[in-house]
Amino acid sequence: MSRIAQVMADLKASNRKALVPYIVAGDPTPSHTVALMHGLVEAGADIIELGVPFSDPMAEGPSIARGHERALEYRVGLRHVLDMVTEFRTNDSKTPVVLMGYANPIERMGYDVFSERAYVAGIDGVLTVDLPPEESGALAETLQDRGIDTIFLVSPTTSDQRAKEIVKNASGYIYYVSLKGVTGAANLDVDEVSERINLLRSYTDLPLCVGFGIKDAESAKAVSSAADGAVVGSVLVNACGELAHAPVSELVSQVSAIIGDMRSALG
Amino acid sequence: MINKDLSLKAIASAPDALGRFGPYGGRFVSETLIAALDELRDTYEKLSNDAAFWAEFDQDLAHYVGRPSPLYHAKRWSDEVGGAQIYLKREDLNHTGAHKVNNTIGQALLAKHMGKPRIIAETGAGQHGVASATVAARLGLECHVFMGAEDIKRQALNVYRMKLLGANVVSVESGSKTLKDAMNEAMRDWVTNVDNTYYIIGTAAGPHPYPKLVRDFQSVIGREARRQSLEQIGRLPDALVACVGGGSNAIGLFHPFIEDEGVEMYGVEAGGDGLETGRHAAPLSDGIPGVLHGNRTYLMEDEDGQIIETHSVSAGLDYPGVGPEHSWLKDVGRAKYVAINDDEAMAGFRKLTRIEGIMPALESAHAIAYAEKLAKTMTPDQNIVVNLSGRGDKDILTVAAMDGISVEGQS
Repeated sequence: MSRIAQVMADLKASNRKALVPYIVAGDPTPSHTVALMHGLVEAGADIIELGVPFSDPMAEGPSIARGHERALEYRVGLRHVLDMVTEFRTNDSKTPVVLMGYANPIERMGYDVFSERAYVAGIDGVLTVDLPPEESGALAETLQDRGIDTIFLVSPTTSDQRAKEIVKNASGYIYYVSLKGVTGAANLDVDEVSERINLLRSYTDLPLCVGFGIKDAESAKAVSSAADGAVVGSVLVNACGELAHAPVSELVSQVSAIIGDMRSALG
Repeated sequence: MINKDLSLKAIASAPDALGRFGPYGGRFVSETLIAALDELRDTYEKLSNDAAFWAEFDQDLAHYVGRPSPLYHAKRWSDEVGGAQIYLKREDLNHTGAHKVNNTIGQALLAKHMGKPRIIAETGAGQHGVASATVAARLGLECHVFMGAEDIKRQALNVYRMKLLGANVVSVESGSKTLKDAMNEAMRDWVTNVDNTYYIIGTAAGPHPYPKLVRDFQSVIGREARRQSLEQIGRLPDALVACVGGGSNAIGLFHPFIEDEGVEMYGVEAGGDGLETGRHAAPLSDGIPGVLHGNRTYLMEDEDGQIIETHSVSAGLDYPGVGPEHSWLKDVGRAKYVAINDDEAMAGFRKLTRIEGIMPALESAHAIAYAEKLAKTMTPDQNIVVNLSGRGDKDILTVAAMDGISVEGQS
């Protein structure tokens, strides 16, 4: 059983929700990332989504886009992100790590080389924002050969028919985008999310995680009531920006505390 | 050298149903936009098979834009060069001063048919922004134009022009603050306001169906040029020359000639400080295929796959990607792509202004400069059609600044 499947099964057995923090690798500097990943796990994170910095992060709102820019000031690229995960794995062999990013850095490295290096580094899943199912076949195949999950997005604009097709091709978990907009937007409608999650539930047995627009313990709890987990990004990346010049230990403890609060609320 | 496995007819009939031109094109966008692209694709498919839609388009082009644009024999220039005869396709005479309006007229009609009250657009030099604001004013649509903060500084005149037309110009402060970042921001707006908003992409790039529909709207340039060549020269030209940023004016000229085997095609990229310096905007000449802004195409990027900053004297060519059909035409050998650097383009600008009394846009000046090089290798009984894609009024302050002259406060 994959690390993602194991964690989700364990959570389900104890009737708990997955808490999935998203941070940008290399934000605010490369020396923060591994320490922050461990801090998030200690605070109660179940899976870590690690953003791969890209020059043109089209789906991100201003908070996360600035996180990408901060990391790019240190020229953090996909190969460095893989090294960070390798380092993380020396002290944590259990927590799943999912890379979230854009197609071009993977295209540049090559699908095969990337999949092999991701496997060696201990990556569990890959979510490529601009590779919808139509364009992701070749990469999904090379990832699957190494037992790495391809995570797909389903959005409020995805038709029911299309959602059925997407969940068929997906593995790991489904990432439900809670709103029409970029990451960190403010127009979250919890009832609508619940309704859609219940519909998706009738199409698939895969775990359903909800992200975009979750700002605090309260909204995390609300959106995950129907779902299996909540993805939290902008609020953490914002904090990384605000604490960029603080000592590393202080940034780690303060950002992790946000996740700690959500963990308490989610149970 | 044409790829012998592919007929010219097959090349001309791209893209396929998934929007692919060979390995290029496609739909590389976040899931939230897929439904909007499906809606656009289906609407366009239906309307493009409807003669009434094209009649409406032609009517607007004739009476609002002022088409057909002339094909002008630049005889004095041709004589001076002493090689091929050079003809200029006068897109600079269109309403709003460039070829961009052909596309915005077409897409505004789509927005109208789809019942979208709000349009958004990205712009680099401001020409597409002006053309979008123009059609929005005419149709009474709300219009927001995204423009990089750097470009806003470089193109103050066009910014004011858009404001006069009633558009809201949004200054984009992220990334390199130029055209590519404006396109990112427009995508972000679209994903947020997808229900009531139509995104008018300004060039033949982006996710399917944009490269196809922009090409179809701009192909009026090539259809006219082909007919005018037969009427005025008595045969098809030997070569076509057009500048390529995203490549909409070039694909508009080229596409109707793809099946005419004897007609050579030259796309001219912005060589900036020179290809050898790396400071340029010439992905077809010196880039590699990758994925950006919804399509797979040639890009300028670094070893990590990050998109790199481009350099060109002309804001309209200052883009790190190119329309996917050009990538395809390059690979199959149907078109050739070359680069003209800033200095050569400036010389072309001055040459055409002094010898023909026509001031080209700095973008078009790249095509002018290459046409002169090419004409010298040809004979006086041969003919070249150059797409004069826009007029140079918008660039006068830039040229004056290079000459060290301040023209502010003068009229």
